[in-house]
This record gives sequence, structure tokens and C-alpha cells, in this order.
Amino acid sequence: MLEKVKEIVAESLGAEITTLTEATSFKEDLAADSLDLFEVVMAFEEEFDVEIPSEDLEQIGTIGDVVKYLEAHK
Amino acid sequence: MLEGKVAVVTGASRGIGRAVALKLASEGAAVVINYNGSADRAEEVKSEIEKNGGKAAVMQCNVSDFQACENFIKEVISEFGRLDILVNNAGITRDGLLMRMSEEDFDAVVDTNLKGTFNCIRFASRQMMKQRCGRIINLSSVSGVLGNAGQANYSASKAGVIGLTKSAARELASRGITVNAIAPGFINTEMTQDLPEKVKEGAVAQIPLGSFGEPEDIAEAAAFLASDKARYITGQVLCVDGGMAM
Repeated sequence: MLEKVKEIVAESLGAEITTLTEATSFKEDLAADSLDLFEVVMAFEEEFDVEIPSEDLEQIGTIGDVVKYLEAHK
Repeated sequence: MLEGKVAVVTGASRGIGRAVALKLASEGAAVVINYNGSADRAEEVKSEIEKNGGKAAVMQCNVSDFQACENFIKEVISEFGRLDILVNNAGITRDGLLMRMSEEDFDAVVDTNLKGTFNCIRFASRQMMKQRCGRIINLSSVSGVLGNAGQANYSASKAGVIGLTKSAARELASRGITVNAIAPGFINTEMTQDLPEKVKEGAVAQIPLGSFGEPEDIAEAAAFLASDKARYITGQVLCVDGGMAM
């Protein structure tokens, strides 16, 4: 799961995959703005066939948060 | 000029929408002709496009229905695989003096003209964002720019479209999507045919170029905004009104 999430983040945000860890923060480390976040969330939704409501976006700050969220909601 | 592009035109069975659909198809775009009630006339537009060697499909959707718009845009993407141009044209009038206007007449006009435009952008922009390009063209009106007695509902909805256009333009610019509005003046369509003769004469008197416009005048502007030539234009209101608003 972590590897797949990293792949998606790397592709959506144009980041180098080897630099990504669970602690990588979208906003602070990857300088993602709200539209970037929305885009990466869209990609997660498609890949993992889940729906991530806007209210839940606040819980997602790092790559580790995404993995936790997806594991809890799949 | 638009070869390989996929365009959606809402309310394309007649009037300005029809002219825009025909024009975009003549430029090479595959055109989805959306309609709400006039199925036969939408089919006629499709036949005309196909007769001229173009590609078209007809899809029903009431744009004021949020859920229906989601399904509609999904259908477009499943059939054509992409969406490059969205022309939010579907619109209605329920004219009347402000003091006598019913709540229902106000809501109906705002729901179709303004919310319908939002609904389609809401679902289409997702696809355009993925593509990193897109053209959204919203039909406003001179009534939304200048106001018009007897059209409190219509002018409010069309002024709303301008605000929506500018916000969407700012939000989507970083993804290569442009959003512009066209504000037609008085155009010879069924919508203006119903106006009393006196009102029409009064309208002509306010048009510097001295006559009503034709749907094709709007179609030309839409085709330009949809093309690569307009790549550096976003968040603008292009008045095609014979000089009424300036």
C-alpha cells in the first residue's frame, strides 16, 4: 500500500519517489496547494476505489496519513 | 482548428446553442449536443453535423439537476474518452416585473442558468484537470452586464455566471484550463421572437450597430475562445452585442 501511494504521489505531484517517506508532508515538503491535494486525492480515489469526502481531507497531511486512511476505509 | 477535440454544448437543440454546436463541429470537434426537452430538434442538429462530415452525439440532461449532470459528464467521457470544450449555453427566461415575480419563476431561471452552469463545470473540470487543458465557455448576457427591466431573475442569473466564470478561471488556470464568458446582446432566436414588437423596437434603438445579432455571431466568438488562438485569455467577458455594453 505504501509503495503504491508513493507512486501516485510521485506521479501526481512530480516528486522524486526515492525522497518520499511516510513522514513526507504534502504541504510542507512537497509544497502542494489545495488544487494539488485535490488532484492527488482524485488519483487515490480512482486507484483504491474509495471516496474521500472533503471533510476527511483535514486528516490527511502526510503520506503516512493517506495509508492509514485508506487502510481504515477500504 | 479543433480536430481531435471533444466539445459539449448544453442546450444545443436550438438557438445560440445549436449555432455553436454546428460551428464547433465544422471546425473539426466531435460535439455532444445536450438537450432537455427537444429531443427531435437535437437529433436534427446531429443529422446536420453528420451530413457535413462531422461527428456528433445527442445526450439528454436537465442541467439544473446536480446528479443528472454527474451522470451526463460521465457518459460523455465513457463515450469519447476526453472532454476539451464545455459550452454552458442552456438557459431559460421567465420575464416579469420584479414586484410581481413569483418565487418559482426566480428559482427556475437561476437553477437552469446559473446552477446549471456550475453543475456542468463541477463535473467537467475534473476531467479537464487530468488532461491539463480545457476550455470552458459560459453564456452570460448583456442583461447580466447592464441589467434589464423585467428580467430580475434572468439578469441575476447571468451576472452570477460572470462571477462564476472569474472564480473558476482563477481556480483552474494553473491546470491549463481557461474559463470565459460570452455576453450576447439581442440575438434572433426563439427566446427573443416572443418579445412584443414594441420592446424589440426599443431594443434596436439601444444597439449602436442598429440590429439584432444572429446566433452565428455568437458561434464565431465561441469557436475563437475554444481554439488555441485564445490560449492566453481567461476570466473575460466578451460582449457580442452590437455595442450595447461598452
